[in-house]
Amino acid sequence: MAVKVLIPTPLRSYVGNVSSVEVQGGTVGEAMNDLLKRHDGIRKHLFDAQGQLRSFVNLYVNDEDIRHLSRMQTALKDTDTITIIPSVAGGRGSASGGVGLSNAEIRRYSRHLIMPEVGLRGQQRLKSAKVLCVGTGGLGSPLAMYLAAAGIGTLGLVDFDVVDESNLQRQIIHGTSDVGKRKVLSAKETIRDINPEVNVIVHETRLSSENALEILRNYEIVADGTDNFPTRYLVNDACVLTGKPNVYGSIFRFEGQASVFCDPKGPCYRCLYPEPPPPGLVPSCAEGGVLGILPGIIGLVQATEVVKLALGIGETLVGRLMLYDALSMRFREMRIRKNPECPVCGENPTIKTLIDYDQFCGIPDLEAQQRVEAEFEIEPKELARKLAAGEDVFILDVRNPDEYAISRIENSELIPLPTLLEGMNRLDSAREMVVHCHTGIRSAQAVNFLRGIGFTRVKNLRGGIDAWSREVDPAVPRY
Amino acid sequence: MNEIRISDPAEQSIRRRGAATYPQECCGALLGRATDSGKVVTEVISIENARTESRENRFLIEDADYMRAEKEADRRGLALLGFYHSHPDHPAAPSRYDLEHAFPWFSYVIVAVRQGVPEAMTCWVLTEERDRFVEEPIARESRAPRAGGDPDRASEAMEGA
Repeated sequence: MAVKVLIPTPLRSYVGNVSSVEVQGGTVGEAMNDLLKRHDGIRKHLFDAQGQLRSFVNLYVNDEDIRHLSRMQTALKDTDTITIIPSVAGGRGSASGGVGLSNAEIRRYSRHLIMPEVGLRGQQRLKSAKVLCVGTGGLGSPLAMYLAAAGIGTLGLVDFDVVDESNLQRQIIHGTSDVGKRKVLSAKETIRDINPEVNVIVHETRLSSENALEILRNYEIVADGTDNFPTRYLVNDACVLTGKPNVYGSIFRFEGQASVFCDPKGPCYRCLYPEPPPPGLVPSCAEGGVLGILPGIIGLVQATEVVKLALGIGETLVGRLMLYDALSMRFREMRIRKNPECPVCGENPTIKTLIDYDQFCGIPDLEAQQRVEAEFEIEPKELARKLAAGEDVFILDVRNPDEYAISRIENSELIPLPTLLEGMNRLDSAREMVVHCHTGIRSAQAVNFLRGIGFTRVKNLRGGIDAWSREVDPAVPRY
Repeated sequence: MNEIRISDPAEQSIRRRGAATYPQECCGALLGRATDSGKVVTEVISIENARTESRENRFLIEDADYMRAEKEADRRGLALLGFYHSHPDHPAAPSRYDLEHAFPWFSYVIVAVRQGVPEAMTCWVLTEERDRFVEEPIARESRAPRAGGDPDRASEAMEGA
C-alpha cells in the first residue's frame, strides 16, 4: 500500500524539507516503520526508547485519530493520508513531575510503570479513561474494585438497589456492615479506600430507555454487569447508538460468558441473540442460584478487557464469546460474527432509538402470569390461624428440594413446580389447599395453573415462606 | 544560535494574555517567517488551554487547535514557528515537563507572570538529542531590558533535563 505521510513543520528538516513523504505499508505501524527506514533522524522525535509512540505525538489516518481506530494496527488503503500531529503541552513543574502523575501516583502504580506495555504513558491513559459499570452486584464488584486499583481515572456506577444479606456471598465490594445501605454509596466507600485518586460518579437509578443515552454520554467504555435481559438489551443498543464498546459478562450457577460487543469490527449482543428467551425460561441468579466465586472470574475477565481497551494493547474479545464452566474448570471460546441483518448494528438498522425493553423481553406477560387475584391469596397470619384452629388445610410447597431442605412449613408437601403435572395425583381438589414457594411468584404460577384445570379451593400464600418466617414463625430460616 | 525576532505587537499580545489568564497558564501559537538569519514572529494566535484541571501549572493544545494553527498560518502566507505559554509565579525557564513534550525546531516562548504582572520573557529550542533546551535569544530594539528570569533557578530547572 502506498500512502502519504504529512510531516509537521518542525520535522521537515529530517525528511529533506518536504511537507509529505510517500511510504509503503498495510498498517499504520508498517507505514511508520517504512518512514523510519527512510528517515531515521525523525525516529527519536516520534518514538521513545522503548519504541512506543511518544505521548505527545498523535497520528491521524485521514481525519480519524488512530486511537479511535485500531492504533498501530489500523489498516491502510492506497490514497490514505497519515498526518503526524504534535500535541503541544507544557507548563512549570518539578523535574520529577512525570507525565501528569503525582509522586504518590508514581509510587502507587510502579508495578504498571515498569512494564513497557503500560509505562507512564499507559498509566496516563488509564487515568484519563472514563468507564461506566452498570450494576454493582456480583460482576460489578470485582470490576469496579480492580479498575479502581488499576488507576482508571473516572468510574461511573449505576445501581438503584440496597445491599441485602444474600448479596454478601459474592458481591465483595459490599461488607456485612453495609447491609441496608444504598449499593452505589457502599461501593463508592470501598473504592475510596482502595484508591482515593479515582473520581467516582454515582448514578443511583435504574438504567432505562429514558436516561441511558444521557448517562452513557460521559463515558468511553461501558461494562455490563447486569443480571436481566431487558437491561442487557438496553445497554447493548445504547452502546451501539453511542458508538461505545460494551464489555459484557453474564453468569448462571456454575457457568459464565464474556465478550466485547459493539466494536465497529465485531458483533453486538443482538447479532448473537436477536431475541430474548421466552420470559421465565432462563432463571435469574435469585431463582437459580450462582456459585459465589463465579462472578469474580467473569467480572475480572471484563475488567481485563476494559483495561486493554483503555491502554489500546493486546487482543480483546471482539468477535469471540468466551465460555467458562467452573465445575469442569474449562474455558472455551466461540467465534462470533457481525450479523449484517442485525436490527441495531446491521447494514439497514431498524432500531434507531431506544425501545421499551420490558415489552421486548415479554416482562408484562410474565408479570400477568405471576399475578394472582387478591381473592385467591391468603395472608401468612390467616393460614396460621386456620392451622391453629385445626382446620383441614393441605400445604403444597412448589420449591426445589434443595430449598425444602433449608426450611419448610410443618406438614407441607413438596412437589417442585417443574414436576407439578406428574405430581397431580397427590392432590385432592376437594380439600382446601394453600400453595407456597420462596416469595410467592412460582406458587402464583402454580395457583393459576391449578385454578385453570378446575381446582377451586386453592390459594397462594402471599410472600411465600419468606413472609411466613417474618410474620408467623421466626424459627423458619430465611434465605 | 540565531536570534528570534518578535514584533512588538506580538510580544505585547503574549504578555497581555499571560496577565489575563493568571493564575492559570495561557498558551498560543507563534506565526511568522523562517529566514536564514533566524525566525521572525509577526503574529500570535491565542489558543484555549485544553486542560480541564491543573491549569495553573499545565497547558495543552489539542490536535484540532494545532491543525487550525497550521491552516491559519498557511492562509496568512506564514509559517507556524512555535508556541508560547506562561509560567504563573514561576521563572521563565522551561521545566522538565516542557522538555518531555517538546518538538525540535519549534520555538517555545515562556513568559513569567508574577502576581498577575508579566515579567521576563524567554525563548527556547530543543536540542537535536532531545536532552535539553537551549535558549534562543530574543532580539529586541533597545527599548526593553534583556530578561532571562532568575539565572540560578533557570539553571536548576535545566538540570532536570
